[in-house]
Amino acid sequence: MAKPASNVSRQLSNFGAWIDERIPVSSFWKAHISEYYAPKNFNFFYFFGSLAMLVLVLQILTGIFLTMHYKPSAAEAFASVEYIMRDVEWGWLIRYMHSTGASFFFIVVYLHMFRGLMYGSYKSPRELVWVLGVFIYLVLMAEAFMGYVLPWGQMSYWGAQVIISLFGAIPVVGDTLVEWIRGDFFVSDATLNRFFALHVIAVPLALLLLVVLHLAALHEVGSNNPDGIEVKKKKDEKGRPLDGIPFHPYYTIKDIFGVGVFLTLFAFVIFYAPEFGGLFLEPDNFNPADPLVTPEHIVPVWYFTPYYAILRAVPDKLAGVILMGLAIVVLFLLPWLDRSKVKSIRYKGLGSKILLAVFAITFIRLGMLGMGEGTHAQTIESRIWTFAYFAFFILMPFVTKYEKTRPEPERVTK
Amino acid sequence: MSDKQSLASVEPKADKGRRMLLLAGTGAVGAVGAGFAAWPFLASWKPSARARVIGAPVEAYIGDLELGQLIRLQWRGQTIGILRRTEQMVENLPEVNDQLSDPDSENPEQQPPYASNIHRSIKPEYLVLNMHCTHLGCVPEFIPEVGAQPFEQNWKGGFFCPCHKSKFDLAGRVYSGVPAPTNLIVPPYSFVDDEHVMIGMHPEGAV
Repeated sequence: MAKPASNVSRQLSNFGAWIDERIPVSSFWKAHISEYYAPKNFNFFYFFGSLAMLVLVLQILTGIFLTMHYKPSAAEAFASVEYIMRDVEWGWLIRYMHSTGASFFFIVVYLHMFRGLMYGSYKSPRELVWVLGVFIYLVLMAEAFMGYVLPWGQMSYWGAQVIISLFGAIPVVGDTLVEWIRGDFFVSDATLNRFFALHVIAVPLALLLLVVLHLAALHEVGSNNPDGIEVKKKKDEKGRPLDGIPFHPYYTIKDIFGVGVFLTLFAFVIFYAPEFGGLFLEPDNFNPADPLVTPEHIVPVWYFTPYYAILRAVPDKLAGVILMGLAIVVLFLLPWLDRSKVKSIRYKGLGSKILLAVFAITFIRLGMLGMGEGTHAQTIESRIWTFAYFAFFILMPFVTKYEKTRPEPERVTK
Repeated sequence: MSDKQSLASVEPKADKGRRMLLLAGTGAVGAVGAGFAAWPFLASWKPSARARVIGAPVEAYIGDLELGQLIRLQWRGQTIGILRRTEQMVENLPEVNDQLSDPDSENPEQQPPYASNIHRSIKPEYLVLNMHCTHLGCVPEFIPEVGAQPFEQNWKGGFFCPCHKSKFDLAGRVYSGVPAPTNLIVPPYSFVDDEHVMIGMHPEGAV
């Protein structure tokens, strides 16, 4: 009775060998999963990389199904989204998964970036992991912005109007550029149609490519960890890091647990608070776009509001646009602004700890101010926090160079 | 053994200068070709022939406009306002000059040359404006009443943008210290006759 079974397994392993001689499946699996050694001291903040991948997959899947019912034309877009919500079987679920997924993508990405800031994951040799990550963040912002235009509600329309008009602040070519982006003399059907094309194919392709590069760079240098020390420095006689454990099964199990908790929260929002009090889907966007009526307060979705606050804090249009752009571009420079001997906040001095704490508060506060109506008091406060935002980057080289750090441990701690 | 070494061993007498010339030449021609190939795709984003036709000038009837009345119409998707100002409104314009960024309409991009005057129009009585705020494109409210307003104690009448609190006077000139950087745009326009205005077309021989 045992004979046929062993025959099958022999045939299977022969088939596996046949495949492996032609495409490197098992060596790829080993290099990146089963024998990819990650530090054993990952903590809570290390859930968010894999969660970001999960949300990306969810967004692509739900997005594909939305395109089957959505009509990318100014005349039909709004009604087709309502059609998805009311008439398409389970359409409401797919659409809410997609719209909630957008906000959760940013929650996850912001926590993922904060993890990098805390443990110095941008520092040598991981500069390119960080830089590619910032590119992913930028592309994600473009993707989210264009996605928000597609339902063609009032906030879609006027948000697009405001954001596209930012390019008009560029001297000389500004107006031509704006006309070229819109494809018309105003935000119109042509604009919607091209944003649809970019949102469903061009930008996601770029995003996927960048994610592959981000992971390729990460797997080349190896993961950082909360202690900020290189586990590759201490290896056993077989060349495996003493403080490393194979990604599979150890971290696949850990990440699956994270996925479970994440999906629970995600489902809760989808089922009970998909608009999230106007934060994820703004009330004004339940009115169809009307080029002749401007909503009283044009406010972007929450994940853009820190930058919107910086834009509004500056009285000059061009200077505001430049400062807002700088606020994002400066992130690229982070690996070279941090001149500390140690990576992790655990071993940095008090100065770095204060800087990071103030920066986190600044980002949240700017986000809150960016949602406001832009009163005089809010503008003044935005200026103070904008100053604090840039102070983080300007002070970093000095603080990290001169502050007293604690010695890093030889091996990872808890 | 690296690729370069193996190449060198196969062709020991490679002419490096010639190779560079060929590389540079092929590269340059290729880049020009790529540029030409890219152009149709980039140009496809420009307003199409249909969009340009829809963007053609529109005619507005102003024969029944009351004094102090503002009508709105659309041209190229933009809200265009035509305001028939009273004599009092026109006479009061210089009063706020010292509170404005560009009282003399010196920025040539904000109006055609024939509207570069104190009343920013061809005829003092009729103001033709692109109603979109020069900050971020919202449409400011028309508030002609003189007197205290929630946003300004000493209001002389004008336009107030609810989005980011920019203020403009009754000639669309921007107050200083508000987010909008420039005066409201005066679009190209001309009078067909006393009762009709053509929006989007300069007066004959004017520009």
